[in-house]
Amino acid sequence: MLTIPSYSGLVLAGTLFLIGLLGVLLRRNIIFILLSLEIMLNAAGLAFVVAGSAWNQPDGQVMFIFILAMAAAEVSVGLALVLRLFQQVKALDVNAADEMRG
Amino acid sequence: MNVLFGLAALVAFISTLMVISRTNAVHALLYLVVSFLAIALIFYLLGAPFVAALEVIIYAGAIIVLFVFAVMVLNLGSSKGVSPGFWARPEAWWGPGLLTMILSIELLYAFMQFGNQQMTATAISPQQVGIALYGPYLLGVEMASMLLLSGLVGAYYLGHQISAKRSSLANTGSPLGNKDGLPTETMQKGDEN
Repeated sequence: MLTIPSYSGLVLAGTLFLIGLLGVLLRRNIIFILLSLEIMLNAAGLAFVVAGSAWNQPDGQVMFIFILAMAAAEVSVGLALVLRLFQQVKALDVNAADEMRG
Repeated sequence: MNVLFGLAALVAFISTLMVISRTNAVHALLYLVVSFLAIALIFYLLGAPFVAALEVIIYAGAIIVLFVFAVMVLNLGSSKGVSPGFWARPEAWWGPGLLTMILSIELLYAFMQFGNQQMTATAISPQQVGIALYGPYLLGVEMASMLLLSGLVGAYYLGHQISAKRSSLANTGSPLGNKDGLPTETMQKGDEN
């Protein structure tokens, strides 16, 4: 039998979330910003699953499935927007796209 | 007993740090796959096998494939792409390979150690998850389906504008070309993303 304290799982989720947040704040490449958003969503899902297993309820896994659906929709629209942005400004730097001229 | 969890958590931490610190997007995607696999192993150790399978299939499968398609379309990697000397350059893959080897050794050890018996005290079966998902959370399932539909329509609309612009550029670029049958065909072509 294997018991994992929920404290360590929550610490791991928080650490991964912080790494993703650092990636969003520090990187200027929009592909890496999207990757960091995926890391943050995944860390939030990990926290849900850890909490669900701590209380021995399936609700945490259900919330993880909803986060999964949301991440899939977000990344498809986000990558389509990245392609549009690359056509407009010919760069992936988000600082190159700070002028919204419509 | 927590050695398995600690090792998987360490692999997840290292690979996630490598994701945000790479300059090559393809290398970052390799490390991101390793990070998702490590978190899937952690889900398995926590007693959530269904979610572990979903993590491997959807995160490490479908979403990474979307990113790889975007990187391929944008031509972000090295300009030569995957040359025949790719396997001769171990600096591209030894890091993710080593981390994945650690994870697979852990998985084999867990299988041999626990075998068929229940691994954790609080395992939640896929049956319980399905009953909860289609019982009290049915409205959430409907809302997720609407969200996925709107994501599909949005991605199609944005990709449609790109291909329409390309076909109009192709038309103006070749003034002698046939202007009747060509645009609809070229519009249909590039809509995968």
